[in-house]
Amino acid sequence: MAEDQQDPTQDKTTPLHDEHVALGASLTGFGGWLMPLRYTSDLAEHRAVRDAAGLFDLSHMGEIHLEGPQSGAALDAALVGNASAIGVGRARYSMICADDGAVLDDLIVYRLADEHFLVVANAGNAPRVAAELVARSAAHDTVVTDRSAETALVAVQGPQAEEIVASLTAADDVETVRTMKYYASAPATVAGVAVLVARTGYTGEDGFELFVPADRAVGLWRALLAAGEPRGLVPAGLSARDSLRLEAGMPLYGHELDETTTPYEAGLGRVVKLDKTGADGEALPFVGRDALAARAQSAPARVLVGLRGEGRRPARAGYDVVQRGLDGAVGAVVGHVTSGAPSPTLGYPVAMAYVTPEVSAEGSELAVDVRGRAEPFVVVPLPFYKRA
Amino acid sequence: MADFPENLRYSAEHEWVDDASPATIGVTSVAADALGDVVYLELPEVGASIEAGAVVGEIESTKSVSELYSPVSGTVVEVNQSAVDDPAVVNSDPFGAGWLFKVDVTSRGALLTADEYAAQAG
Repeated sequence: MAEDQQDPTQDKTTPLHDEHVALGASLTGFGGWLMPLRYTSDLAEHRAVRDAAGLFDLSHMGEIHLEGPQSGAALDAALVGNASAIGVGRARYSMICADDGAVLDDLIVYRLADEHFLVVANAGNAPRVAAELVARSAAHDTVVTDRSAETALVAVQGPQAEEIVASLTAADDVETVRTMKYYASAPATVAGVAVLVARTGYTGEDGFELFVPADRAVGLWRALLAAGEPRGLVPAGLSARDSLRLEAGMPLYGHELDETTTPYEAGLGRVVKLDKTGADGEALPFVGRDALAARAQSAPARVLVGLRGEGRRPARAGYDVVQRGLDGAVGAVVGHVTSGAPSPTLGYPVAMAYVTPEVSAEGSELAVDVRGRAEPFVVVPLPFYKRA
Repeated sequence: MADFPENLRYSAEHEWVDDASPATIGVTSVAADALGDVVYLELPEVGASIEAGAVVGEIESTKSVSELYSPVSGTVVEVNQSAVDDPAVVNSDPFGAGWLFKVDVTSRGALLTADEYAAQAG
């Protein structure tokens, strides 16, 4: 049903698996993991995050630590961004590319201390990202450790997230949590458990992600559910996560980003720091730099755009974007849909698609070939949804 | 295991049909649960001549789209416009208010009893 579904019998389970089963979740294979797709209703879970809060198990994500005096320099050489410029306690969105500039994964890099960074990678890519970071940092004084297996990750997302997390936070840490900026992190004690609290997310709402030792995850999860329920929090599955991030215009690896894509087509050229310099002030080479520098100078062959449906039928990943033909016929192919769904918040179909630059302007009237019928769509700016 | 109404007959593709004339057709709770929240229905037109086992429409949910098969052959005499307008009723009441269309039946496909369907789908 979900396009990412694989043989679920081979999938790993998270430390919260029994909780999901007890809550009656429908489970699905995703990135090599058996994850909750939904607990009750995709729409109800999506709306709870927009209106109150949702609780997500993200323990399938990879957590890779770099520790040592040259950890920042190692990441500068391995990733497209400028990790050594991240302040302690702050985080940045980044990518790891191949020599040819292709995106191997998109990442969040947290600087936990001067000489300690945490790289969070997508589930299916985490082993490869860890191996690449080991290989690419071999000449640097840093130790790369993949702690994905011993780390669980739960997210509380939505306008009630701060109240819910703060209500469980130790008195000494409440101020830290409440004043934490977006894309920042700090250690804190939540529900009696020492966790790393980060104000990051993938839903377009305010919210927190809590990194917790795997053997303490169940207690934290139950405490968050209990504290959150009176404030409208519900457990939310991957289906809601996908529709939330789509409304927020956020890319999903395997859809908007993959090994045929550079950051520039995806409209994410800003994360590539071609001019970053090393400690000596000299230009710093990094993996993919030459290819990306050339790519930055040339016109893109395709552009990632947002599409708003004028009818009711949603476009789905893989469908062709076409010109509107005469009398509603399917015209020439000008691109393809990477993600698409009916937007629960907006009430009309939304999609992200790669299209040729000639048809990529805002207001461009296109169509999507929805199983043989040309459904009208219009190019609109991303994101589709921005919180007030 | 889910309970399925005894008075209905079922197809392997998760449609149900009653034995009235005209016959009412819908999708089962198994289909509704597997689909997730239904957001769009495309049903056959009134007057259309349909064949048992043939695709007659589609059911689209937040996450996926599925084809709708007819369990009977005949002529469509009515479609559930309130379900088209508010497809959530397919999830909330698949065997009742979430019915999809009615057919003047000329013949029925190979259909299952509630017990047979439960054994297969449960």
